[in-house]
Amino acid sequence: MLLLLAVAALVAASCASKDKTSTTSNGGTSGGTSASAATCQGKTGEKDTAKPLGSVGDPNGSGKKVGLVFDVGGRGDKSFNDSAYNGIEAAAKNMKVTIKTLEPDASGSNRAELMRGLATGGYTMIIGVGFAFADDMAKIAKDFPNTKFAIVDGVVKQPNTTGLLFAEEQGSFLVGAAAAQASKAKQVGFVGGVETALIKKFEAGYKAGVKQIDPNVKVDVKYLTPDGDFSGFKDPAKGETTAKGLYANGDDVVYHAAGLSGTGVFRAATAADRLAIGVDSNQYLQVPPAQQKCILTSMIKRVDVAVYTAVKAYLTGGLKGGTLMFDLKNGGIDFATQGGQIPDTKKLEDLKQQIIDGKITVPTT
Amino acid sequence: MLLLAAPLLAVAVAVAASALVLLATGNSPSKVFWVMAVKGTKTEAVVSMLNRAGPYYISGVAVAIGFKMNLFNIGVEGQYRLAALLAAAAGAAVTLPAPLHVLVILLVAMATGALWAVIPGLLKATRGVSEVISTIMLNAVAGGVTALLLEQYLKAPQEQGGYTVGTRPIGASGRFPSLNAAIAHLGIHLPAANRLQAYIFVAVAVGVAYHLLVWRTRFGFDLRASGSNPSAAEASGVDAKRMIVAAMAISGAFAGLVGLSQVLSEAGRYTSDTVIGGLGFTGIAVALLGRNHPLGIALGALLWAFMDAVQTPLANEGLPKQITAIMQGLIVLSVVVAYEVVRRTAARREASELRRAMPAPEVVRA
Repeated sequence: MLLLLAVAALVAASCASKDKTSTTSNGGTSGGTSASAATCQGKTGEKDTAKPLGSVGDPNGSGKKVGLVFDVGGRGDKSFNDSAYNGIEAAAKNMKVTIKTLEPDASGSNRAELMRGLATGGYTMIIGVGFAFADDMAKIAKDFPNTKFAIVDGVVKQPNTTGLLFAEEQGSFLVGAAAAQASKAKQVGFVGGVETALIKKFEAGYKAGVKQIDPNVKVDVKYLTPDGDFSGFKDPAKGETTAKGLYANGDDVVYHAAGLSGTGVFRAATAADRLAIGVDSNQYLQVPPAQQKCILTSMIKRVDVAVYTAVKAYLTGGLKGGTLMFDLKNGGIDFATQGGQIPDTKKLEDLKQQIIDGKITVPTT
Repeated sequence: MLLLAAPLLAVAVAVAASALVLLATGNSPSKVFWVMAVKGTKTEAVVSMLNRAGPYYISGVAVAIGFKMNLFNIGVEGQYRLAALLAAAAGAAVTLPAPLHVLVILLVAMATGALWAVIPGLLKATRGVSEVISTIMLNAVAGGVTALLLEQYLKAPQEQGGYTVGTRPIGASGRFPSLNAAIAHLGIHLPAANRLQAYIFVAVAVGVAYHLLVWRTRFGFDLRASGSNPSAAEASGVDAKRMIVAAMAISGAFAGLVGLSQVLSEAGRYTSDTVIGGLGFTGIAVALLGRNHPLGIALGALLWAFMDAVQTPLANEGLPKQITAIMQGLIVLSVVVAYEVVRRTAARREASELRRAMPAPEVVRA
């Protein structure tokens, strides 16, 4: 076993960083000139201001059974899974449904088994957290045509399966605008976990948001791993190295869409005294106080809202396959203001309203 | 007799030690073991165990072939990933009559695995590079190459809103049907949603091939001879370098088959979820458990698969499923210790028998 551990360690060590895509060529010259770079000035210890889920008119589920299977990692990730849990927990509390939440094994090889167990156990609605459920859910939805399924971040073409999708580009647009406002160096960075179509959507929105404020601000883009190699979402060391490179290169704000690797980005930001932008949840609320002052904002993807809304739709007979889109308009996407470092929050609110009104259409590619 | 005592002792020690772990973490060992024994032997769990055991077995055999001549092929991991990707892509690219289609996919996988494993073989034979180091490094390379090939050339167009990266699906002629219909004839009716995969037959074929190759051929004799006494084997005319390359190639060819169980069944394509990582390392543990014996590896693979399959009922009951990983580790550890104890006991017994058989040396008294 020790040998295996040693082997694993060696393998991990041998996975050398393989950065992709555009890099800057003016390396070094602008770095370190602190007079022209944004530094960590945020207030610490601010509280969550999000409203609790649910409203007066929510239906009564009278004990209907709703099951939820987490993405690999399960609860305690302070992000995706925890947010999904908050959603279903609120559904249990407000709408009186009976819930069961399960966590797949480390390789995710029993996702199908867990969903099947729920379906045979009388759970009439089953939620899979994450697009990795798509292939398995397509099969199981066919096996259990009378059960309703919902998948976060995915689409499954079955009449009893509903995809819960997010307009991540809209939130990324707003934090991009915040980055451009805050940047004194006129160059900002983006760290993507894995170069998937999903993360490219974050990148596209971010770039558009930066450009909206100032077309002269340069955006450096880095991905930790290519598509198909999902280690980029759970490699804080690689996230730290990459962000360190961006800051050294002169970027003074870095937005990460890299899952767990983002904790490395925050470490690098704190060490370099530069700003970072969180993703998925309000990450200001998760990091230690020493890092809070470096979190400019977060692009919030309300998985809890999506899960809660899906359960509500199920109880009212509104879960009819296809997709439900969560965006700025219905509160599924938002940006965080904790720390008070965004130079012009009013402008962001204005942009948000323009997107909601359809006056601005944010690109997804 | 002693041979069987070792693994049984090891499992008992592992169970006892994990019971202590459970107690120390405030869990009830009796409840956990009850779920494992009762829910773990229910139909769904057994189907899941058998489906998992096939790949574990093949991986174990691939590692064992290397062990047979003191080669430590840690590269099964990379070999099967690359092989599964290329085989899945090849299978999706062609349409052939049913048996031929599957055969082509299997052959592409074996060829890819063999070629990838030959690299460390050649490095060792010609340059003396330790295969432990080179196979580990090549795992990383294979991981990168696989991701890159998939992303740049072999990726199926993604549906709107879908993010799963995978190859195009293989046609029905290139897939195994589930065994549910077949075993229904035997009076065993599985729920339609619990599919027993036919890939278990590939594992059986691999086991038979392994037995014949290693214990029934000249090559196998040379292989074992080179493993147990390299200098004696060389003196008797075995080309050591050729043996290294050949053993790695065969090990890699079997390794190529490790990842195909899902690809050749319902999933029908390569994605990071149908071809999961880590099976190469599981193979090392399974080969150790089975002492490189074709049947021993089968028992090891089934035990390992059982431990993985009971994670689902444990999760369902809200019990700590991590205990199975702890038990797997403890079992391997205790098995290695137990085998060593047995080996020493046997050696001591042999020595004492030898002493008894020989006339006692005369003691000269003054």
